[in-house]
Amino acid sequence: MRVTIEINGRTVTDEVEDRTLLVHFVRENAGLTATNIGCDTTSCGACTVLLDGESVKSCTVLAAQADGHKVTTLEGLSGPDGEQHPLQRSFREQHGLQCGFCTPGMIMASASLLAHNPKPTRDEVREGLEGNLCRCTGYHNIVSAVIEASGQEVDR
Amino acid sequence: MIPAPFSYRRAASVDEALAVLTEHGDDAKLLAGGHSLLPLMKLRLAAPELLVDISPIDELRYVRTDGDDVVIGAMSRYHDLQGDSVLREHAPLLAHVSGVVGDQQVRHRGTIGGSIAHADAAADLPAAVLACDGVLVARGPKGERRIPAAEFFVGPFTTSLEPDELLTEIRVRKQDGTGWGFEKFTRRAIDWAIVGVAVAGGSVALINMAGTPIRATATEEALAGGASNAEAARLAAEGTNPPDEAHASSRYRQHLAKVLAERALVQAATRG
Repeated sequence: MRVTIEINGRTVTDEVEDRTLLVHFVRENAGLTATNIGCDTTSCGACTVLLDGESVKSCTVLAAQADGHKVTTLEGLSGPDGEQHPLQRSFREQHGLQCGFCTPGMIMASASLLAHNPKPTRDEVREGLEGNLCRCTGYHNIVSAVIEASGQEVDR
Repeated sequence: MIPAPFSYRRAASVDEALAVLTEHGDDAKLLAGGHSLLPLMKLRLAAPELLVDISPIDELRYVRTDGDDVVIGAMSRYHDLQGDSVLREHAPLLAHVSGVVGDQQVRHRGTIGGSIAHADAAADLPAAVLACDGVLVARGPKGERRIPAAEFFVGPFTTSLEPDELLTEIRVRKQDGTGWGFEKFTRRAIDWAIVGVAVAGGSVALINMAGTPIRATATEEALAGGASNAEAARLAAEGTNPPDEAHASSRYRQHLAKVLAERALVQAATRG
């Protein structure tokens, strides 16, 4: 079927099989490879993108389901002149990543979390990111990064 | 992993969905949020020929009161429900449980109707609706019918819905002032419950202790007879025979049912 998705403000149209997953459309048809495929079973959250502003696991959404909707990937978070998003800056400042594989999904899930809860507590960040796994187990600094991006003092 | 080939169609209204079901019968499968069905299709445990996407049916996204009932449109997403002020006021158990299904991303997509029609005994909402003595409203070519939750879940992943029927609405009595509690035990935060317990007043429903959500009738009878929460909870596994699983033996699950039932009953004594 013909699928048209506005990805990071750019309209991407392509003819794909009905069974194409959103994550494959993003990576292969739109050529945006920041979004990683991790577990491929809705568990790890590495493939998290925003669909109409809300975080979803793109391995468990069909491209067809996103037809006519808006998707934001990590590439779409930074400003037009390449300026980093506060979450990108804070993940760097707080060393919120080790191997980096989970990071795109962590940042997109954090963006969705902060949209609903702009000043979360550390516990609320942990609950909000329960759908994202970091196999380096670097969660402590990830939580600090989200706290910093929310404009709050990082209390270690 | 990619599902086996299928044809995708979108239904924008209940009538359109019913027309497709009537035309295609068993070959068609309804897709709501897709967070149970798509994983099964990726594992090739399900391979429908035609997928009918009913998530765009906005007429099925609502929560409102109707006389003594709270009614929920089947395509309401967990994320809609967890913060819904009407639901929090009149059916706080359902609002709470909607907020602890899966994770943030799952709750943005998954729907209450999808969970109930999928009828996984390990899912949270079916047991919560059973504890509230909920009623499931189905529409088909012959019209609408109302099915009590106790008659709706007939086996693992099996409901009393006919192949040409669509679950449109979930109805529960207003739970104003009714004590409620919910506990589940999972390996990781996002996992299905190994065992869970939902309490609404004197009703106690168990998650993943049988092929369907079930009521802990011995516990309910003990409570009605004036037993303490601790005494009643000790009977929560009475009559159950949950199979051994890789992560939990049958005996362990029975033990969990008793422990979680007591915790949920204690919660219910202070809420509502």
